Amino acid sequence: MLLSWPALALTVLFVVPLGAMLAVSFFRRDVASFFQPSFVLDNYARALSAFNLERLAVSLGLALLATLICVLVAVPFTYLLTRLPRRRQAPYLVLVLATLSLSEVVAAFAWSLLLSRTSGISNLFVWLGLMESPVSWSPGFMAVLLGFVFIALPLTILLLYPPVSRLDDELVEAAATLGANPLQAFRTVVIPVLRRAVAGSSALVFIFVLGAYVVPQTLGRPAQWTLPVHITDQAILKSNLPLGAALAMVLLVASSLVALIILALGGRGRGAPERAAGGVTR
Amino acid sequence: MSEVRADLCIRGVSKSYGATLALQDVDLELPGGKLICFLGPSGCGKTTLLRIIAGVESVSAGSVWLGDVELTDVPTHKRNVGMVFQSFALFPHLSVAENVAYGLRIRGASRQERRRRADELLALVQLEGLGSRGVAQLSGGQRQRVAMARALALDPQLFLLDEPLSALDAKLREAMQVELRRLQRRVGITTIIVTHDQEEAMTMADLVVVMGHNRVQQVGAPMEVYRRPVNRFVADFLGSNNFLPAEVLGEGAVSVLGQRLMLPVPAGTAGQVTLSVRPEDLRLATEKPAGAAFEGRVTFVRDLGRTVETFVRVGEHELSVLGAPALAEGTPVWLEVPPEAGVVLAG
Repeated sequence: MLLSWPALALTVLFVVPLGAMLAVSFFRRDVASFFQPSFVLDNYARALSAFNLERLAVSLGLALLATLICVLVAVPFTYLLTRLPRRRQAPYLVLVLATLSLSEVVAAFAWSLLLSRTSGISNLFVWLGLMESPVSWSPGFMAVLLGFVFIALPLTILLLYPPVSRLDDELVEAAATLGANPLQAFRTVVIPVLRRAVAGSSALVFIFVLGAYVVPQTLGRPAQWTLPVHITDQAILKSNLPLGAALAMVLLVASSLVALIILALGGRGRGAPERAAGGVTR
Repeated sequence: MSEVRADLCIRGVSKSYGATLALQDVDLELPGGKLICFLGPSGCGKTTLLRIIAGVESVSAGSVWLGDVELTDVPTHKRNVGMVFQSFALFPHLSVAENVAYGLRIRGASRQERRRRADELLALVQLEGLGSRGVAQLSGGQRQRVAMARALALDPQLFLLDEPLSALDAKLREAMQVELRRLQRRVGITTIIVTHDQEEAMTMADLVVVMGHNRVQQVGAPMEVYRRPVNRFVADFLGSNNFLPAEVLGEGAVSVLGQRLMLPVPAGTAGQVTLSVRPEDLRLATEKPAGAAFEGRVTFVRDLGRTVETFVRVGEHELSVLGAPALAEGTPVWLEVPPEAGVVLAG
């Protein structure tokens, strides 16, 4: 059993690196040779300091907010998209995929430019007469949020696409014949049926956003720098791998808990298949 | 139920999807309280017409009336129609009882009222006690009955079913045909069933609407449509049939393969026509009969269990005869067309 390929892959690609990280988080920091194998709790003491816990809270909060916005936009968007005939869906899907293929770095720096005071959108607005003088919208809270949503929205749409496209039109039609207007049908049929899919996609998007550190670093002020920014800072710039590892562990535990809560909100789902429970024999 | 049901009128309805024509000039007067079948091959527009009646599809031209109320532009959720979809479209996230009571929940009925009505309807379709089950745990036949109960929950004016029995196995299908008929008689609701199975239509319907090539071909009682088809399409679609080229000689006579037959000729028909005779109506004789008959040879005999099918070659045509005694291949025989059995079709 242990020799089977999935177990092997899981061990090599997941358990080993995680275990190494866990081990390093207990090592002593050594300026000369990065770290000394040891067992100290200093790293965790620092990792759980007030400052870092605040960073953790900001990280989780920002990621949750970005995820929420993405889901609120993506669900109706994907629903309407999947109701279009295949051919007419193509341009939208190409646009979504193209955005997704941008690296986080490119997206972050592009928005940094677009939100700047000297060569950004506000300059365009001034030229069009919509604004008096150009304004710098970056770095800042809204810039970071915009950056997160920009990189995560295409992912959300693509994650929701399969389950939403499997949603049978006849379910909504049946609801209509039973007296439900379009809004009622959406609320009482579409959303409950998609609940698990939305929860699963949300959890994935949340984790994705949480791990993005270029966006907060580029588009955010220190107040918006999330924990991953500090982890990168400690581990790479300040060569303090043990502290970086400890911070990463703290982030891992916290985000796993949040992700599990999101998944739990998806419900047990009596209606696991999105397809209408009908006459098709298994 | 002694409630008088309004008639459903379809006036000049056409439907196109872009360049594709799905329905053309449909005019129907469907009496209230009856079981009506829309019968036709796939793609003839019968499901489209049903969906137009439900309001799920819009019309490109024409109007739909229920009694003296025009339904054409009324959105689905305001029409009081109960519909059973081909895939049943049961809500997977709700239990059986919750599915059945969905319409009542939308209307704002109390929990007791919803439970009472759900129990009542489940009893009507013989699914008592299954209210708390999930729909995924039911068999095909059970799901179909849940779909029917759900459609009837709000006491709709019309009960529409789209190929309700096609997903069931043969034996269950037969049982459900009878049950549907009984249910309709009991509730007395105007029921329209779309099907491509002509046996189903013959068994269940008070009125059959035969559709083909995006048009209504014929409307009538099952036997009427079977025995007196108005055109070749209807004659060919219902049951099996024999066709022979014929020529109109006069008001009650046609010439077929050199024989003069006395058959009723529809008014206004002249020239080249087609004669259709059902295999079970053709009379086969081993000796030349006195009256008009076609001479031929037996080419093939097939034992169908219930009866024997004999193929007879007459000139360059091969005809099928049911019910004749089994004969050896090559036997010379004569076929007679009883005057009440032959139907003259234009074209």
